Amino acid sequence: MKRTTQLFACLSLMAAGLGTAQAEYALNLMKGVTRVSNDIYDLHMLILWICVFIGIAVFGVMFYSIYFHRKSRGHKAAQFHESTKVEIIWTIIPTVILIGMAIPATKTMLELDDTAEADMSIKVTGWQWKWEYEYLDDDIHFFSSLDEASNKARQLGSGIDPATVPHYLLNVDKPLVIPTKKKIRFLFTAADVLHSWWVPDLGWKKDTIPGFINEAWTYVEKPGTYRGQCAELCGKDHGFMPIVVIAKEQADYDKWVQEQKAAAEAESSAAGREWSKDELIAKGQTVYANNCASCHMANGEGMPGTFPALTGSSVVIGDLDNEVQLVMNGKGMMPAFGQMLSAVDFAAVITFTRNGLGNNVGDVLQPSTVQPLLANSPEDEDEDDEG
Amino acid sequence: MTRLPEKKNRSLVIKLAAIAVGMFGFGYALVPLYDVFCQVTGINGKTDTVAAANLDYEVNKDREVTVEFITSLNKMAPMEFAAETKKLRVHPGEFHTVNFYAKNKTDKTLVAQAIPSITPGPAAEFFKKTECFCFSQQTFKPRESKTMPVRFVVNPDLPDRYKTITLSYTFFDITDKPKT
Amino acid sequence: MSAVIAGHDEHHGHGPEKGILRWIVTTNHKDIGTLYLVTALAMFFVGGAMALVIRAELFEPGLQFVEPQFFNSMVTMHALVMVFGAVMPAFVGLANWMIPVMIGAPDMALPRMNNMSFWMLVAGLLLISSTLFMEGGAPAAGWTFYPPLVLQTGNALPFAVFAVHLLGISSIMGAINIIATIFNMRAPAMTLMKMPLFVWTWMITAFLLIAIMPVFAGAVTMLLTDRFFDTSFFDAAGGGDPVLYQHIFWFFGHPEVYVMILPTFGVASTIIPVFARKPLFGYTSMVFATATIAFLSFIVWSHHMFTVGMPISGELYFMYATMLIAIPTGVKVFNWTATMWKGAMTFETPMLFAIAFVVLFTMGGFTGLMMAIAPTDFQYHDTYFIVAHFHYTLVPASIFILMAATYFWLPKWTGHMYDEKLGKLHFWLSAVSVNILFFPQHFLGLAGMPRRIPDYAVQFADWNMISSIGAFIFGFSQLLFLYIVIKTIRGGTGERVTSEVWEDARKHGLEWTLPSPLPYHTFSTPPTKIPTEHLGGH
Repeated sequence: MKRTTQLFACLSLMAAGLGTAQAEYALNLMKGVTRVSNDIYDLHMLILWICVFIGIAVFGVMFYSIYFHRKSRGHKAAQFHESTKVEIIWTIIPTVILIGMAIPATKTMLELDDTAEADMSIKVTGWQWKWEYEYLDDDIHFFSSLDEASNKARQLGSGIDPATVPHYLLNVDKPLVIPTKKKIRFLFTAADVLHSWWVPDLGWKKDTIPGFINEAWTYVEKPGTYRGQCAELCGKDHGFMPIVVIAKEQADYDKWVQEQKAAAEAESSAAGREWSKDELIAKGQTVYANNCASCHMANGEGMPGTFPALTGSSVVIGDLDNEVQLVMNGKGMMPAFGQMLSAVDFAAVITFTRNGLGNNVGDVLQPSTVQPLLANSPEDEDEDDEG
Repeated sequence: MTRLPEKKNRSLVIKLAAIAVGMFGFGYALVPLYDVFCQVTGINGKTDTVAAANLDYEVNKDREVTVEFITSLNKMAPMEFAAETKKLRVHPGEFHTVNFYAKNKTDKTLVAQAIPSITPGPAAEFFKKTECFCFSQQTFKPRESKTMPVRFVVNPDLPDRYKTITLSYTFFDITDKPKT
Repeated sequence: MSAVIAGHDEHHGHGPEKGILRWIVTTNHKDIGTLYLVTALAMFFVGGAMALVIRAELFEPGLQFVEPQFFNSMVTMHALVMVFGAVMPAFVGLANWMIPVMIGAPDMALPRMNNMSFWMLVAGLLLISSTLFMEGGAPAAGWTFYPPLVLQTGNALPFAVFAVHLLGISSIMGAINIIATIFNMRAPAMTLMKMPLFVWTWMITAFLLIAIMPVFAGAVTMLLTDRFFDTSFFDAAGGGDPVLYQHIFWFFGHPEVYVMILPTFGVASTIIPVFARKPLFGYTSMVFATATIAFLSFIVWSHHMFTVGMPISGELYFMYATMLIAIPTGVKVFNWTATMWKGAMTFETPMLFAIAFVVLFTMGGFTGLMMAIAPTDFQYHDTYFIVAHFHYTLVPASIFILMAATYFWLPKWTGHMYDEKLGKLHFWLSAVSVNILFFPQHFLGLAGMPRRIPDYAVQFADWNMISSIGAFIFGFSQLLFLYIVIKTIRGGTGERVTSEVWEDARKHGLEWTLPSPLPYHTFSTPPTKIPTEHLGGH
């Protein structure tokens, strides 16, 4: 209600011709933080002003005519109905204006297209409904999905006021981190349907297409956090797969890379140890909320006709290996989570589904059991698999 | 009502209906036209799906191009898939071979098809493959892993503005939908 | 085919059938025109109700009313219903009523086919509406039906595809009929370059329809075989390409949006001169501008796809070609302005809607020009800026002109005058609220709000709320329109209208030389004298 009051206060201010309240509102394209985004902004403003100018001229003439050339003022209608000269003039003038627009537009287009000589490459894969980032030059690879707080608040009838959630719907669990003052090339593809990767501050969006590769580049001057969203309708949760890019100075970025590598090692050693059932269930609950709840629902009841219920599901309460196979490799609409989850997360979520959501099978899947099934590097795999 | 031009109507309707039927066919004709168009303009980085033959280029030792290899799996593909070499500096005109590794992670036989895509798109026509696992569908026995070579050459006519070519492969699981 | 063409004579020379059968078996162009218009109005309210579901959900951040999947269905169905159920049938309805009368013909050239194309439309609309109740829900991939997403549709997919086939065949038959009527049924004195602009624009539109509807039918058929018969037109795994679908779709889709706007131009060019009491400025250039726009519409389609990753040459070509459209469109706007210039204007409801159309359509044109610039479209694409743009070219343009046409010709059709006070009230409510509804969406898009999302970040809250308020005012204002139309049909103000209805309208078109209400059969003998005010009275 408070916002409604504010809104009307603001509307009345605007109606009174006071522009001050407008400062809070984003009314225009953002300039962004790259040279290209600034060029795009300038181009946008140029064309906007040309349009405003033409609009004032045309509507000015029209309203002059509406005011003065009306029957009620006793104006008598003239009977002219063509003028070749005038018609030629108003064909040529717009043509000249258009050429004037096309020149800077072409320049900016060429700049956008120039992905050559990048300092590093990041591969971005769109999934229903999360982003996968792969740093091609460092061995860093992770998924990035809507953060937990937003995810809870955005459920129908959650009762949580979005205004209380920081960066509601524009926050992720793991942001993309890039160095500043480096030309970064992005390679785009998708694993299921079309998506489109868009961070307004970078100045562009690019579609991700399953089976095909697209590219774009950026060069960020200033450290900061830049937020965006998927821009191509990709199904149910299209509105819930934001993008967060954090640009860091080179030194901070290097530190972050080290942290990622250390975390990956910690992860794999954690997978080696024995986990207790409660630990796994607790961990699994979070993994479930982030990965499974959007289709199978938070309480496991699913969506009749589209997504099966997990509570009492024959797969979940049946043979453990069966469920592992299904979650690992996917089926129908269900993606192959073997590509997405770490051994610990994988084991935790399986254990959770079997002992939560109203199920009570009682068994436990250890991360160490899952690890060999997930291992992803060809070198350490080759031998033991052939045998 | 004697002036009703029924004959004229009939021939006009037939002509217009023929246009409509023709345009339905044109919709389908766009499919092969698009492929031709893609080959010419490099839309989407479509690349040859059959082996190039009789390539005899003069090696340009003065120029180097970076060729990158990236791999993806479609969401239904229960596999592992990686390039053994991620990046290669090559002279245009020189033949190279890189190996890709793929594995079936299931206990069932898997049929998969790799789809190549090249960026920047217009460079695709200058990237020639003489051997590739993408030319045909691949059958994997349960848990089988394979090492698969790709042999390629970059046409020395590649325009100078292209310094890096990225070759991407995506594996799709087509077990239920094999090509005939 | 001969059965369709021949044998409609027996219906002439007597009045309509009695009761419900009149409407089912009718081959009279005026009856069929009424059926089209009533259907369009009904679908306008159905599509409008869906829009209000969307705007209600977007009133505040957070999900209050519907699940995201249903929201997507609403977005998809709103577009399909409005495009194929409201705007297109409404213009076909106007064409049925007016084209024979305007060219001095006794009826459409193919009256039985006319009846068939109407009932096929109804079947198509029922079929597409029935998907709302199917397992898995109505299509939710957007009206563009992009694969691979659309292939995830539940049981509704084949029904949606067949509905598109029916709607397509119906449109094609309607278009063939209109062309045959214009080519073969004109009064001998009515030469092509004397035809009213509404007839000209509809003729060009009809050719567009015949060229594009089959392409769309082909595209959705490919979707169907991809899903059920293992073809791989759009599936990368089988050597296909999802982007190919977008090319085929927009080859249809771009001319399709002109199908909805060209007849609009024709009606505006008919109404403005009557109330300015002046001949239309630049009749010939209007005809050529329309033809040019129609031609250009076939060679600009990829401007809907600047971000799919086209090579630079493609981006630049489609940018330049798209910018060219501004020239003939500009000519039209200048011509309308020049028509008003030095006129003796009065501002009855049809004129008010027509003027609002010129102004607001021009604003939609400006944003269109901005989006034509490929690099800036990298920001605008798939945001609310686009939503604002195409709604400006459809709601205060096509829909307003349909309203204008209704007020303009309703007295002619019924013989009763509508309530001018209520008409003006309806205009002002609509004109103000449509801007409250759509203008803030420009800001939302520029500020970064993607389209087709059921929920949004809190910084977008205020403009969304304003937009939703506008939507509800606009939506409910249209009930007033319904009331005015019904009241007029049932007797209106009680005032009997003359055959001219509007001052000196006789000079502007053949329809005003006939009695009001228009008799069931008109121009059984062709008129010999043609009003030529639009040609400057020569």
